Parts: sequence; C-alpha cells; structure tokens
Amino acid sequence: MRLCHLDDLPDGDSRGFDPRASGRDTVIIVRQGPALYGWLNACPHHGTPMAWRKHAYLNAARDRIVCGAHGAQFEINTGRCTLGPCLGQALTQLPLTIDDRGEVHLAAMLPEETHP
Amino acid sequence: MNIIGPDALVFGVDDLAACRQYLIDYGLKDVGGGRFEALDGTAVVIHPKDDPTLPPDLGTASQLRETVYGVADAATLEAIEAELRRDREVTRRDGVLRCTDDMGFALAFQVSVRRPITLAAETVNAPGAAPQRGPNAIGVTPDMPAVPRSLSHVVYFVPDVAKAEAFYTRLGFVCTDRFTGVGPFLRPAGTLDHHTLFMIETPPFMKGVEHFTFHMGGPTEVMLAGTRFVEKGYQSFWGPGRHLYGSNWFWYFNSPLGCHVEYDADMDLHDHTWAARETGMGADASQAFLFQYREKWAPSGGPPPEGAPSAAKP
Repeated sequence: MRLCHLDDLPDGDSRGFDPRASGRDTVIIVRQGPALYGWLNACPHHGTPMAWRKHAYLNAARDRIVCGAHGAQFEINTGRCTLGPCLGQALTQLPLTIDDRGEVHLAAMLPEETHP
Repeated sequence: MNIIGPDALVFGVDDLAACRQYLIDYGLKDVGGGRFEALDGTAVVIHPKDDPTLPPDLGTASQLRETVYGVADAATLEAIEAELRRDREVTRRDGVLRCTDDMGFALAFQVSVRRPITLAAETVNAPGAAPQRGPNAIGVTPDMPAVPRSLSHVVYFVPDVAKAEAFYTRLGFVCTDRFTGVGPFLRPAGTLDHHTLFMIETPPFMKGVEHFTFHMGGPTEVMLAGTRFVEKGYQSFWGPGRHLYGSNWFWYFNSPLGCHVEYDADMDLHDHTWAARETGMGADASQAFLFQYREKWAPSGGPPPEGAPSAAKP
C-alpha cells in the first residue's frame, strides 16, 4: 500500500497517514536521514491516536515520539516507551519498503483499527 | 474553608512554542509572561521545563508543576495555613501560600484573581417553557465567539486516592460523586460546581495531570470551539458528548502539554444537601451520549454526488 514519496518526508520530522481513508491518521513515519521508521498511530496506553496536531508526533528536540494524550515518550527507532503511562510497552512497528523510484509503501496489511 | 477553585495551572513544558500556539488556538489570551487567560482571568501558565523558579517535576511524563487555588479572602488563607502547618512546610510570600499535597503535587493558594464577568448563558427555546430568546434573536451564527470563560477543573492521576482525598477533605472539599475503585469528584466550599478536582487512581509511574478544562457559555460554544479547533488540525481525543456525573458537555483534545485539554459547559451545581452517588467506571457511566467530529456536509436536491451512498429505496 503506497503511502508517499520519500521527498514528502521532511528529514528529522514526522508525518501521519490515513491509507484506508478512515478519517484519521493510522500510520506514523519518522524520517532520520536515510532511515524511515513506521509505527501504528496507537498509544499502547489506550490504543488512541497520538498526534496533538496533524503530523505533530515528536518532542522539541525531535529525538522522541511523544503521545499527545498523556505525554508518553517513545524511542524513535525501537518504539519502546521510556516514560509515561505505558512505560515498558512499545508501539506496533509497521515495516516499510522504499522502491527504486523512492515510493514508500507499507510492507504488510495494517492491523485492525482501534478506537478510543 | 472558602476555596473557590483553580485560578491557574502552571506547566513546565518541553515545547514552549508549540504550547503557546496551542493555547492561543484553544482560545486563551496571551497576556505575557507565559500566562494565557480566560475571560475571567483564570489561566494556564507555561514556562520552559528547566525553569529553576518552578516547583520540581513529578518524575513522570506529566508537565504540570503547580496548581494555584483561588480563595475568597485573607481569612481563608489564614485558615488554610493554620491547618497545613500542623503537618507540613508552608511558605508564604507576596500573599501566596505554597505547599505540596500528600501525593507530591505542588499547590499554591491566593486570594482569587478571578474578575467578575457578566455574560449571557446559551439560551434555548422549547414548547411549554417561556422563550429564553425572543423574536428575532439569533441562536447561532458562523462567526459567533466561543471563548473559554473560566478555568473549571483539573483531573489528577494519583497513586493512593484515599490518602489524596483525605488531604483535600481537610481543606473543605466534599465528594459530590464517586467512581468505585477509581476516585472522587471533589467540590470545594467556595463554589457550587459539581467538581473542580477529580482524581483517578493509577500506578505511581502515571502520576500527574490527566486533563484540565475551561467552562464555555453552553453546549453550542463547546461544539463551535471544538469544530474550529479540529479545523485548525488539532486532534480530537474524546467527544463531543455529555457526562452523566456533573452533566457537563465535553470535548477532549490531545495537546503538547502532556495531558488532555477539554472544552466543557453547563455543569450541575450542588449544595450541602446533595448526597453523593457512586457507580462503577465504564462507558455507560461516563457519558449520556458520545459523538465524533465529521466534515461538514449537506444534502442536495439533485442526484447524489459521485461516491456518495445511494439513497434507501422505499
């Protein structure tokens, strides 16, 4: 399932995607140079969306994913929660593929959506 | 003790620029010094998280650093100080008492800075009742204001709710309703509002603020302000809907302050004759109804637009 082109992903920042047109973003991608990290947009605490504004998933230093519900912090490359209500749990990883034209795809089906 | 309710919530935030824009877009007025005020002068105050003038953080993801209570008069401050000095350190400087509660939340007490406001509440016309809005008075317009009026309440995650409640009982807070095994809705003596504080028992690593909210002028203002907030790109978390305990309309949003931020309106009032209710926590107990934002839409007289669901056949 195509999400975007690599050029659509600003380096050092995050973007949200709604590949199933569900009305809310279900996929997060964080780009750090050549590396892309794909995560399900569901905080392990309640399973709810994490942005506080469209595409806003990172802290000020841009070195943690932060949940806009209660401030839980996650390592960008492992998804592990290091502080917050879901301490010790982790985000659900979504494997991504980048083809030779730079198109970014979800490598697998999206897990069933969760609702608050 | 004549405590009216929260005058301000003070945060030490990670992303100051994001929080500033968020609070302005939520509808508070930037009056300088990191202070963002509702119409009556109650406020959210933000500082950088490493500001040395702030009370220490809670050691969790929470960014709340102090809850400032407004009280009716100097005599109330004296009474609070006398009560709290029995078992803890209390400082008093420039008319502000400071201490920590039994869960470690930093508190301040001051003669309230709330300004009296005189504004109409939302009006409703209904058969059988005298009109609240007379002829030619318009109920809703696209550009009508929907601005937070007054800081309503704050909700804490606490590791020991019985101990936490006992502390606030000493200050004259009474329980108006309770979710079994979760926590109490607390009303201080200086207001009739159903609650200015609600507490939820959680593991210690969750300690902090769950949400805060400002009162709006009525449910229409909750819907309007929330719709405008969504249209600016902010993320709805829960609502709009209407709670059962308190009867307040609600709409909760994610925020960069490490907690939810709510619009609420039309809360029940209670006095000393009220007997607290108690029930288990759950979806049915939490709300009378719940809706979800959707983009504006209108039916038309012509054929359905491409992609629209076909009309039901008779």
